[in-house]
Amino acid sequence: MYQAILFLPLVGALVAGLFGRLVGARPSEVITTTLVLITALLSWLAFYQVAIQGEEQRIELLRFIDSGDLKAVWSLRIDTLTAVMLVVVTMVSGLVHLYSIGYMEEDTGRPRFFAYLSLFTFAMLALVTADDFVQLFFGWEGVGLASYLLIGFWYHKPSANAAAIKAFIVNRVGDFGFALGIFAIFTLFNSVQYDTVFASAPDHVGETMNFLGMQVDALTLICLLLFMGAMGKSAQFLLHTWLPDAMEGPTPVSALIHAATMVTAGVFMVARLSPLYELAPIALGFVAIIGATTAFFAATVGLVQTDIKRVVAYSTCSQLGYMFAAEGVGAYGAGMFHLFTHASFKALLFLGAGAVIHALHHEQDLRRMGALRKVLPFTWAMMLVGTLSLTGFPFTAGFVSKDAIIEATYAAQSWVGNYAFVLTLFAAMLTSFYSWRLMFLAFEGKPREPKEVLEHAHEPPWTMGVPLVILALGALLTGGLFFHLFIGAGQAEFWRGSLVTHTGEHHEVPVWVMLAPTFAMAAGFAVAWYFYITNPLVPFGLAKRFRGAYLFLLNAWYFDALYDALFVRPAKRLGRFLWKTGDGTIIDGIGPDGIAARVIDITNRVVKLQTGYIYHYAFVMLIGVALLITYFIFAMGGLKP
Amino acid sequence: MTIGLSHYLTVAAIMFTLGIFGIFLNRKNVIVILMSIELMLLAVNINLVAFSAFHGDLVGQIFAMIVLTVAAAEAAIGLAIIVVTFRNRGTIDVTEIDLLKG
Repeated sequence: MYQAILFLPLVGALVAGLFGRLVGARPSEVITTTLVLITALLSWLAFYQVAIQGEEQRIELLRFIDSGDLKAVWSLRIDTLTAVMLVVVTMVSGLVHLYSIGYMEEDTGRPRFFAYLSLFTFAMLALVTADDFVQLFFGWEGVGLASYLLIGFWYHKPSANAAAIKAFIVNRVGDFGFALGIFAIFTLFNSVQYDTVFASAPDHVGETMNFLGMQVDALTLICLLLFMGAMGKSAQFLLHTWLPDAMEGPTPVSALIHAATMVTAGVFMVARLSPLYELAPIALGFVAIIGATTAFFAATVGLVQTDIKRVVAYSTCSQLGYMFAAEGVGAYGAGMFHLFTHASFKALLFLGAGAVIHALHHEQDLRRMGALRKVLPFTWAMMLVGTLSLTGFPFTAGFVSKDAIIEATYAAQSWVGNYAFVLTLFAAMLTSFYSWRLMFLAFEGKPREPKEVLEHAHEPPWTMGVPLVILALGALLTGGLFFHLFIGAGQAEFWRGSLVTHTGEHHEVPVWVMLAPTFAMAAGFAVAWYFYITNPLVPFGLAKRFRGAYLFLLNAWYFDALYDALFVRPAKRLGRFLWKTGDGTIIDGIGPDGIAARVIDITNRVVKLQTGYIYHYAFVMLIGVALLITYFIFAMGGLKP
Repeated sequence: MTIGLSHYLTVAAIMFTLGIFGIFLNRKNVIVILMSIELMLLAVNINLVAFSAFHGDLVGQIFAMIVLTVAAAEAAIGLAIIVVTFRNRGTIDVTEIDLLKG
């Protein structure tokens, strides 16, 4: 069964990818979607067996590498953490497959699209079922590849290609650290198996390692390097620049890869390696600081974005920051819980945004939307559910998980925890503001779209509607249903050591801390209501008066400009220098081009001898004959008498 | 003064040299070149006949006849080539025929 979960999407990808032209677009869609939906059903079965009944499994598939001390066995590790991720990945993937049938119906490259989606699902499943670091890295790079392919799916758009390359390169920066981390693990532990590493990790506490000529604490170094990979993959502060640009891909891709699954790989990785992170408190503090900073930073940028998908993208970035902040203060369960709920409500928001974009014929600019509630009541309702859950409206999924995170940061009772608490609480208010701003701009107010677009706007077909409804149910109910298992009293029994749980030392937090996120949410809602419903001119006035701050936020704190000046342009200059001067002038000039030019010079001179006049040739022939005869006469012993 | 072998050879050498200069100094006409070649062949023939008479060996004279035959054939071919050249290029001026120029 677990093999089927892993390989059915791969089968679908191969069928659609290799034989897509042969079998046609519609069969490709049906095959891949059916296979992934079967996988989703099996995943729920696996979740029941593993997480509820406690039948953990190790299934060895293949001896992958066996060289000296390096033994990499490709095996499936099915424990609670994996089961949770299996459910998240296959459910969202299945629904996105179904949704894409409706969303992509006018596209000519559908078999390719579905092949990529299924390939991504396979890689993501390989990542979450990994039992050692080698397979983790395989899945890690596999999802990176699929992400690259899908961002650049509309390859005729230069901006899509640029975004795909950007995502790939920024991820390379993170993966560089990730790979170094894996090397360091092998150096230190002589093994890449999770179990071996976790078992012997406590013996290595306090050991040092030579890194860049410095002696540093080995476990801290490893955790920081691995987290660098997570920062790239999960678009955390400093390596976040690729995620907003990744919205160039089709919207279902954004929902699947850049909201629900791939970007949470970093969160999953930290949870999976929580036994290591627990032994490296400095690295853990770093995780919390980066997470909280991202949560705050991305929320501020989300305030002013005008592209509907970019607002949701920055929101994703911010919510990922929450998850890392939770893990950074040791609340891995809360982080995973937020991952779980976030997958449903963020996928819902993205797919809802996709339905709006679909209805308006690929209009993504919020400034050209408005008053859509009357036209698209179903989409409005779905987006409303997603927004309520995201902003943390009481008793929705987002409310439960986000409050758990904010309480956990407060309960950590450290300066890192307090830093994270203040920033995440403030970000909660900002989240509420920009989410409601999106809702009000798109669905309320006066219509700002051209009349004929509004007249042609239509509700999505059932293939798009069904996933929305299922995700909406998830966004409302997952919080209440799974609270007990993920972070409640049953957590130790639920996780069973697949991640570190801190039971028994549960801090009671004051009542005001428990209520604060809700008040923050209400404040954000009130401000958004005032700005965009009662007094729509206020935002323009503010933007004009605080123009510097407005531009600072609109340009995402100028990170793109900074990286452009720091890395991109120097790299291009260096490349241009090596190309023009190094290769062109020196190597080519002295080498091939130089020799060729000399040969041409000489031949040009030789060619002048060929005058083309018969008498010149005859003269040369005669001289030649005369010389030959003279030679024979004198060299052969002269004239005999 | 008796006419001896050396006189014949001298005449033949002069004719041969005339033929050579005819080829090189001629700047006008391909036919002149053909005629110069003919002249050189005849000079050789004179040599052959002179030596044949001098040695009393008839083979030389027979060889001269063969050379004449070949020369006739060569002249025919040469003239044919000139005709074709004229048809194609409209001229038989040697300074114009320079297709081999590099």
